[in-house]
Amino acid sequence: MSIFKKIIFSVLLSLLVIGNVNADKIRIGTEGAYPPWNSKNEAGKLIGFEVELAYTLCRYIGQQCVIVEQDWDGMIPALIMRKFDAIMAGMSITAERQKAISFSQGYADEVASLAVMKGSSLEGLDTPAGINLTKPNAAAKKALKTLTAALAGKTVCVQTATIHQNFLDSGDVGKVNVRTYKTQDEVNLDLASGRCDAALAAAVAFSDYAEKSGKPVVLTGPTFSGGAFGNGVGVGIRKDDTELLKKFNAAINKARKNGDISRIATKWFGFDASM
Amino acid sequence: MDFELMANSFPKLLNAAVITLKLLSISLFVGLFIGLFFAILRLNKNIYINKFAYGYSYVFRGTPLLVQIFIIYFGLGQIEYFRSTFLWVIFKEPYWCAIIAFSLNTGAYTSEILRSAFQTIKPGIIEAGKSLGISKNIIFFKIQVPIAIRQSLPAYGNEIILMMKGTSLASTVTLMDLTGVAKYIISTTFKPIEVFIVAGGIYLFMTFIFHNLIKFLEKKYSF
Repeated sequence: MSIFKKIIFSVLLSLLVIGNVNADKIRIGTEGAYPPWNSKNEAGKLIGFEVELAYTLCRYIGQQCVIVEQDWDGMIPALIMRKFDAIMAGMSITAERQKAISFSQGYADEVASLAVMKGSSLEGLDTPAGINLTKPNAAAKKALKTLTAALAGKTVCVQTATIHQNFLDSGDVGKVNVRTYKTQDEVNLDLASGRCDAALAAAVAFSDYAEKSGKPVVLTGPTFSGGAFGNGVGVGIRKDDTELLKKFNAAINKARKNGDISRIATKWFGFDASM
Repeated sequence: MDFELMANSFPKLLNAAVITLKLLSISLFVGLFIGLFFAILRLNKNIYINKFAYGYSYVFRGTPLLVQIFIIYFGLGQIEYFRSTFLWVIFKEPYWCAIIAFSLNTGAYTSEILRSAFQTIKPGIIEAGKSLGISKNIIFFKIQVPIAIRQSLPAYGNEIILMMKGTSLASTVTLMDLTGVAKYIISTTFKPIEVFIVAGGIYLFMTFIFHNLIKFLEKKYSF
């Protein structure tokens, strides 16, 4: 064999080996811009509740994991196109998303909330502390009416392709002026600048921003769950990947039983957001 | 391929293309005057005026349009003092922020296109005007400007097409232009390929129109 052929052969062989190594790993997609669920530290390394949980789940599965960064608005398409094998990105389980992908059981739950700048006329709305929209009771219906009246003609900002956008589009709070942004960071910026009268996202996303930026962002109205807000956050997996779905469900069971999920959740959220 | 989705999204995207065309036409209109103004400054003999005009086109041609939009929209919005001025009424709206960014950007390119067109005018033509006793202003507006516009048509046609594609960045500041609506449809259907093919087709069709319009003008005003 000539040297030239040897080189080509060894390069091809090494490619094959590298390909196999990667095929063994589970690739998990996350956004890296939704603290405390997932975000990046100053060094650009992915951190957060879901990053730590992902490695824990992979240990239970017994396979290595690589975490892949992906913009939120392309998350589900990227999963379908096999850029990675699972989504762990604070993605709530909703009927709409379940048409495209399947979800593991939920591992954590978050409540959504409206946020405004201190001194806004929308501060201190007369509503219950929290409402569930799956089977709204009389108090929840009354709260939606209060919100409809308060938000009429107001600009409410949300991140694109989120449960929060779905809720505003559903018309449950009437016709509000919805503005959509690529990332939650941009929503926070425009809330602080006054372009948004209010913003809707996970309550923890706002408290995290208020704490880190020192801006007077306050929550208002009830916290939302159920209905358009889905049933907890789970691992998103391709529909034909039933094998991986079983593995994740089993791993979540084990991690929950051993107290890993609530331990990691408490570390990142400051309270036990696990489910 | 989900052809039903493509058919359903077509009318919505076509509607959104109207916003794209609005952004484009207003920006091009304003940009043309900015461009003409700075091109005239570039021809000025005063070194400070000349350098100022050069600096403007250097900065706006040397930075990405996306960065310019972000600075104008998110950047200025962070300055508390700026928010208390009357300018905030305009800068509060994403629509005007996009138009300002696009106009300044296309103005920079247009000024370069027009400057080089002015400089290609043969001195003999101007001298001929002078020898006939035509005033300086009339020579400029009736002789130099029409020739410069004709000279710059091919390059300006390119700029129109580049700017049309540039307006897709309006979606990054929450505007529902063609790209913005395409992204919105994708956010609920999770099918980017189908939707972007339709949106791309509409962009291509608009390019086709502009391209032929410029070609027609070039022919009509050829000499």
